[in-house]
Amino acid sequence: MTVEAAETGETRRVARRPKGIRPTRGYRIFQAVNAVILTGVVIVTLYPFVNIVARSLSDEAYIIAGRVNLVPRGFNLTTYKLVMSDALFWTNYRNTVVYTVVATVISIVLTTCYAYVLSKPRLKGRGALVGIAVFTMFFSGGLIPNYVLITSLGMKNTIWAVVVPNAINVFNLLVMKAFFESLPEELEEAAAVDGLNTYGTLLRIVLPLSKAIIATMVLFYAVSFWNSWFTAFLYLDQQEMFPVTVYLRNLIAGATGAQSAGGVAESDAVQAAATLQAVTIVLTTLPILAVYPFIQRYFVSGVMLGAVKG
Amino acid sequence: MTVPDTLDPPPVPPTRDAPAPAGRPAPRRRGRRRTWRQALRKDWQLYSLAVAPLLFFLVFRYLPMAGNVIAFRKFSPGGSLFGETWVGLRYIRLFLADPTFWDVFTNTLVLGTLTLLFCFPLPIVLALLLNEVRARRLKRFVQSVSYLPHFLSIVIVAAMVMQLTSMDGTVNQIVRGLGGEAVPFLQRPEWFRTIYVSSEVWQTVGWGTILYLAALTTIDENLYEAARIDGANRWRQTWHVTLPGIRPTMVTLLILNIGTFMAVGFEKILLLYNPLTYPTGDVISTYLYRMGFESSNFSYAAAIGLFEAVIGLTLVLSANAISKRTVGTSLW
Repeated sequence: MTVEAAETGETRRVARRPKGIRPTRGYRIFQAVNAVILTGVVIVTLYPFVNIVARSLSDEAYIIAGRVNLVPRGFNLTTYKLVMSDALFWTNYRNTVVYTVVATVISIVLTTCYAYVLSKPRLKGRGALVGIAVFTMFFSGGLIPNYVLITSLGMKNTIWAVVVPNAINVFNLLVMKAFFESLPEELEEAAAVDGLNTYGTLLRIVLPLSKAIIATMVLFYAVSFWNSWFTAFLYLDQQEMFPVTVYLRNLIAGATGAQSAGGVAESDAVQAAATLQAVTIVLTTLPILAVYPFIQRYFVSGVMLGAVKG
Repeated sequence: MTVPDTLDPPPVPPTRDAPAPAGRPAPRRRGRRRTWRQALRKDWQLYSLAVAPLLFFLVFRYLPMAGNVIAFRKFSPGGSLFGETWVGLRYIRLFLADPTFWDVFTNTLVLGTLTLLFCFPLPIVLALLLNEVRARRLKRFVQSVSYLPHFLSIVIVAAMVMQLTSMDGTVNQIVRGLGGEAVPFLQRPEWFRTIYVSSEVWQTVGWGTILYLAALTTIDENLYEAARIDGANRWRQTWHVTLPGIRPTMVTLLILNIGTFMAVGFEKILLLYNPLTYPTGDVISTYLYRMGFESSNFSYAAAIGLFEAVIGLTLVLSANAISKRTVGTSLW
């Protein structure tokens, strides 16, 4: 089955209702109801995005009055200018890019190596190697021991605390292993006969054939590092080192703090934060939204690779 | 393979038309008999590739597991990774007697159950509905849109939730529109569960359909044919063919969901809750976080974390064992 087909769940299903058999009345009603439900799903999913964009472009006064929903009111770009002139915002934005790139490279190298090893059924001790990885999916050291470890390794307040501890995602590892297992064994045997050693086979035969899965993995890892905030929040103390997600979290945390202190009557400071938050959300989400249409299909096929081939 | 190839990737919908997974040639069995010395000599290059990843697992996954001994030892910040002196079960007893612990324990169970109740079946329903859509473009569009929230940072989701539920947000506009009084939702404990679960559904449902849609494509078309000849209508076809067809996927994902039961949305709760919503929002992991990092009570927090992790592991193991007995599908 092609990935394309799997992606839409189409394949032979199209042929399920032979031409000439008229759908029953009940089925036509169901189709109509189904369309309504799915439209509802689409609206509910998209609404928060539209709303946030509308807020980010609106005048504060209209937001306070609770009059901003789908369209911006009192259109202005003042807050955008404000956020974009904030040096810290850009520093944090750049940090996110740097962390994402470095972490993704490390992750890809480690995951590829291990997945390749695991994909060799002849290897003695392979079961144990798989077990070592999979067990960590179900049991983990927990927050405190991890924190103590990172601190004692002296990684606190360094980029390494952000990019190393989550380098291998076991789910990604298993997807990649499944992909390598699906490659024809004969190719590698032929490479061995031609005198390539394991490293050579991996670099010159296997990797060039694995562009699809590697691209998928790059996307998986990059998005997860781009989105992560908690490790940075936990291990970094200086503002200049924060990724943009922590910048945003501090912005909203400040607001909620004031909210809970002020109770129901919201203070002016909180209100002023409304557009500020909206603008920051939009600017932080933008890169993902911009590339999403292009990368989405790869993601989907990546999951399929793991799921269907098992 | 006689040796159950145990820990293979979890989401494995069975494929009738895929090459049999056990199709590896038999002579391999001979290879298993090799001694370690021979294996290392022959495959040392392969093993060498595993060194760095193994080090990673050892240091960043297994060392922290061992580091859990600080739950039984007194730890002082800046001191040894494994604590200073043995205190036995002191910290365990401490949390068993801690009323707050039992509050957050209850909250964890409630939120975990609600999440499971909504976030597990809804993707199945959505996948089945999508599967009935004839118009290819429409189907693709709905899918693309519904996957989108999955790619957002949890911080952004939390921020969006805050904006929507704020006094001037859309939700309150609707409330006002219906003649009600605006509610500060995020400051009302009685609303926390609703907000948490619905935002969780919003973010995960679409992406959750992917594996089911994949499984649906592998169902043999002849089964539908046969069912139709037997006079089954659409609904019966779904009930007798489609659902059994995706059952292995359902079971696998259910077990995985149960495995994360205890770790309910730590990051999101941390972002969304505040002291006013502690009565319903505070869960074990957030309590642990505050104990560890706000009260610097590392050993106590580690004890709670260990307790949480052990329950989580027990849940996965029992879910797996039960499903193996009853439906014959299991992760290993």
